[in-house]
Amino acid sequence: MSEAVATLETPKEVQRIPLVTNERSLHWITENVASIVEARTPLWWWLAFFPCALLAMVGLCCIGYQISNGVGVWGENKTVGWAWDITNFVFWIGIGHAGTLISAILFLSRQKWRTSINRAAEAMTLFAVICAGIFPGIHVGRVWMAWYLAPIPDSYDIWPNFRSPLLWDVFAVSTYFTVSVLFWYTGLIPDLASLRDRAKSRVRKFAYGVFALGWRGSNRQWRHYEMAYLLLAGLSTPLVLSVHSVVSFDFATSILPGWHTTIFPPYFVAGAIFGGFAMVLTIMLPARLLYPQLDDMVTRQHVDKMAKIILLTGSIVGYAYLMELYIAYYGQNKFEMFTFFHQRASLGFNEGGWYNKYYYAMMFCNVISPQIFWSKWARNNYIVVFITSMFVNAGMWYERFVIIATSLAQDFLPSSWHHYHPSWIEIWTFCGTFGIFLSLFLLFMRFLPMICAFEVKAVTPHADPHHYRPTANSGGPATGALGPHDAPAKEGHH
Amino acid sequence: MAEYRKVYGLGAEFDSAAALMHAAEKIRDSGFSKWDVHTPFPVHGMDKAMGLGKSWLSAPVFIGGTTGLLTAVCLEMIPSFSLYKLIVHGKPYDWRTIPAFFPIMFELTVLFSAFTTVFSLLIMNQLPKWYHPVFNWERFSRVTDDGFFLVIEARDPKFSETKTRALLEEIGGQHVTLIHD
Repeated sequence: MSEAVATLETPKEVQRIPLVTNERSLHWITENVASIVEARTPLWWWLAFFPCALLAMVGLCCIGYQISNGVGVWGENKTVGWAWDITNFVFWIGIGHAGTLISAILFLSRQKWRTSINRAAEAMTLFAVICAGIFPGIHVGRVWMAWYLAPIPDSYDIWPNFRSPLLWDVFAVSTYFTVSVLFWYTGLIPDLASLRDRAKSRVRKFAYGVFALGWRGSNRQWRHYEMAYLLLAGLSTPLVLSVHSVVSFDFATSILPGWHTTIFPPYFVAGAIFGGFAMVLTIMLPARLLYPQLDDMVTRQHVDKMAKIILLTGSIVGYAYLMELYIAYYGQNKFEMFTFFHQRASLGFNEGGWYNKYYYAMMFCNVISPQIFWSKWARNNYIVVFITSMFVNAGMWYERFVIIATSLAQDFLPSSWHHYHPSWIEIWTFCGTFGIFLSLFLLFMRFLPMICAFEVKAVTPHADPHHYRPTANSGGPATGALGPHDAPAKEGHH
Repeated sequence: MAEYRKVYGLGAEFDSAAALMHAAEKIRDSGFSKWDVHTPFPVHGMDKAMGLGKSWLSAPVFIGGTTGLLTAVCLEMIPSFSLYKLIVHGKPYDWRTIPAFFPIMFELTVLFSAFTTVFSLLIMNQLPKWYHPVFNWERFSRVTDDGFFLVIEARDPKFSETKTRALLEEIGGQHVTLIHD
């Protein structure tokens, strides 16, 4: 018992805030994670799903219209050949990064608070990458020729250029998606088994049973499972850093002023994590509101930590913006100077560059707005956090648009300068991807455990066999399984 | 449970992860070999308590990753250096241009490693396996909720229905049950 006594006497200053508040029991965690999936579909779900699915359909119709009529239905022209499509691609792929950061990098760095948000964040990653994949796919114009991207020796003996960043991107994004699916599914297996064991109807028993693969939580299984999880985390960590680096190579290896910079890979990765965490908060805060029982798992502490990450990465992004401006000035290359001080950071609307208002919107949303998170009050006020996340979401879209449009619209040759305006097809395609993203997320909330229950259980005090043994060998009631706040009525579930 | 069915083993339930771990230590010291513990989450230190070593899953993953790397090297080098030399921007094709091939080598290494990890995990854990005798035990459904179980198989040489039952009860096991195949 000496160890137990030692735990009780841990000095107050070094005690940590518990990850699961109110001393919830293991059964409470299972109950509250699984009940979301098991309960009748709530009315709000239909009210949310219907408009999202409708928006997704609008987006798919726009994609269909674009495929049947060609890329001419977009507002792009010979000068601005990349615009909203690639902006949206980079925007969505960046959002995915937070999920992998939470599931891989925070796992390797033993940040245990990640456990309650990693499942939803990983799902968000997958759905964001699906949305991202649409844009380069349809931007190639003739989608039926998209298989030319793959290195297949066809009858014309044409191979892709392996030294082109665009091909690297094909490999990077497809690998990222595949590995994220594998990682996500591996993490789901024990929780699917939990749903299988609780299922009442035959359909549920069968469906969850098939996907749970017969998992039975034996330690001989957990031993390999934990190693697999560690390896996948170790593989995903360089992968997530590489994906946005490769995306940034699409720009950085060109010779266009504003794109041709070596700061791009780290700057893009920081921006991706920044925007991704904002999206995690954008979807987790409403989810928490709709399911108040999640409050003890996705606590104030989690929101606080995510806000701190937004503050950190937002400041890194701000540093990168300022460094770009400084290097443009320091380099004294007149094309670089023109891009940065005329098209982007020029004063006076309508007098400077065509898109400078977007540059200032980006600066405000990405650099200034997250600075509010220096204040603990702001980090703990969910409305402030939500509004700031919205600013960050918008700001990260502006960032990509500013990078792409300002460099292309006014390039080296003034006679080829051209304005760019999105067509309504482009606008609705982009809105449609939000519909696809949100519909998929709502389906995920409905059918799969949104919280990684087994990992949350593993970070509760009951899970620690070395320090928590109030009733060990006493033969009393299963204290490890029942917490003080459990209603006795819930006990009879089995 | 029908009497004529073959006995799979004896199962016992424990209060908590800590109680199960101490029980596992005792079973390990009693010299059993065909036994396992079942928990809702991986319990820290249980491998040691069961006398298991480190998982060797990383070995196949290393082979998988190496295969991925070699695949990328062949995929890129064979067309680029001999089959179909694609001259872009007049850049040369020789060993000095190797860095431009690195991103795809990296991606395929990761891709192959990840697939090997997941498939090795399934093979080493003998999954999918939708039927297992332990599922015949009604209490066992709590293993994915808050149940902590220890199961000793009948094919263990030291297994004896009466003695093993007494041992499980002695080390604090509750609801000691005979599990049928």
